[in-house]
Amino acid sequence: MIETKSLPTQYVSQPGAILTSSGKTLRTDEMIINMGPQHPSTHGVLRLEIVVDGEIIVDVIPHIGYLHRCFEKHAEHMTNYQQVIPYCDRLDYCAAINDEHSYVLAVERMLKIELPERVEYIRVIMAELQRIASHLIAVGTFGIDAGAFTPFLYAFHDRELILDLFEMTCGARLLYNYFWIGGLSHDVPPQFVDKAKQFCTYFKPRIKEFNDLLTYNEIFVKRTANVGVLPKDVAINYACSGPMLRGSGIDWDLRRDDPYSVYHKLDWQPQLGKGEMGTVGDVWDRHIVRMREMEVSVSIIEQALAALPEGNVQAAIPKRIRPDAGEVYARTETPRGELGFYVISDGSGTPYRVKGRAPAFVNLSVLPEISRGCMIADLVLIAGSVDIVLGQVDR
Amino acid sequence: MTAEEILNSLKAKFGDAVVESKLDAPQPWIVINPARMKDIALFLRDDPATQFDYMMCLSGVDYNNGKLGIVYHLFSMVHRHKIVLKAFCTKEQPHIQSVSSVWATANWHEREAFDMYGIVLDEHPDLRRILLPYDWEGHPLRKDYKVPEFYNGMKVPY
Repeated sequence: MIETKSLPTQYVSQPGAILTSSGKTLRTDEMIINMGPQHPSTHGVLRLEIVVDGEIIVDVIPHIGYLHRCFEKHAEHMTNYQQVIPYCDRLDYCAAINDEHSYVLAVERMLKIELPERVEYIRVIMAELQRIASHLIAVGTFGIDAGAFTPFLYAFHDRELILDLFEMTCGARLLYNYFWIGGLSHDVPPQFVDKAKQFCTYFKPRIKEFNDLLTYNEIFVKRTANVGVLPKDVAINYACSGPMLRGSGIDWDLRRDDPYSVYHKLDWQPQLGKGEMGTVGDVWDRHIVRMREMEVSVSIIEQALAALPEGNVQAAIPKRIRPDAGEVYARTETPRGELGFYVISDGSGTPYRVKGRAPAFVNLSVLPEISRGCMIADLVLIAGSVDIVLGQVDR
Repeated sequence: MTAEEILNSLKAKFGDAVVESKLDAPQPWIVINPARMKDIALFLRDDPATQFDYMMCLSGVDYNNGKLGIVYHLFSMVHRHKIVLKAFCTKEQPHIQSVSSVWATANWHEREAFDMYGIVLDEHPDLRRILLPYDWEGHPLRKDYKVPEFYNGMKVPY
């Protein structure tokens, strides 16, 4: 059954009828439109089955699974725990470092390993660099969704500089296999600290430039303010996380509230949506949260670079990874939100079960709820503001 | 609230629906009767002392001796405490009560558990496969799953 009660009342006098200016009613039918799986604004292979009444969306039914690569089955069939890490990279290919972080944290908690300080600091630096790179893709492609092509080129230019830093460190530009259980695959090269500092100095004014170009552009604000509003209680009930949750004004960040690594030693604050251009929790709020989080990340990187201690990054890597039988759920704050890994060990050298709680998967499930009653063109923006990566949705 | 207090309040309210518990684990867990899952979930969400309003994760598990289960990782944004619930069923009778009316996020997670393990979530509003094609046969994350030779007449590689 199709629900029509959530349509804006000014358009509809009764389900399926539109009032004309002469006061007559036009009988209309609902139409079903397919958007995707090959569609530029679905950010990958997502298929949305849209029920529309004219231009207005009555219901959205997401169909996912086009990129399902059996991550969980693979993880159970590796020969050791370490081999799962490259598969974690491929979950969220825009933020591979953050995926690794969550998984190695889960296994380290099972093994009860204490890490050298240097490892923790390098992990924070890398995770925050990756967060900036991922948010740059998010806001850049979001600009394209809204019809602004130029900011996308700015975003990708700056992202290249971050990928250069990664390449300098571990040789890879997209999928790193850099965090190992108990340490890192390489220490950072000697020139890394200077290059990273240079990047921070370069990038700060670029955020302002990007904001002038896109965020406060009047056309962009008109398109995004008051669209796709996600109320607080709905956000919590759907277990949204990351910029989705903070965009709705909920003060919640796992880096602060469920501390891991050395985030508690650094001085920073989560950024919240305040409804500056419209309602709290609209599409614009989620966008500005991402923009401000990039500033916060730059500040975290600068602090971590200044405090980077000496040490051997491979000192704590265990020779043999064989956790005791048991289970653990570890979660970290990735650019998309709470990425958790539920790992069960049966005492052998391979995980018995690895469940990835993907933030993009959970955030996407709220899409039908917030897009009912919107226009089709707005759906593109709402889907863009959720910032899904289908590799992570489908695992 | 500590895990022990949560366990005691559940026992006081639901008695024999609490089957088993392990409080000395790093993340303490409580085993619940699968047919009472929804009532207990509703109580845990709405009771002012517990207020588990945020479901972090819901995972299906195959315990390999004919036993399937679902593990619920719950969190309270108000009180900032956690608890893990488990509900077990058998491969012959794979039925667990759905909690998607309590936490909307459970809807997709439960569909995934149905898809991968064949656990039937009773009273689920929309129990379809989610990641695999709708006409796929079998439930791949079960430990005794055999890869089919053909899918719709096409040979499945490897």
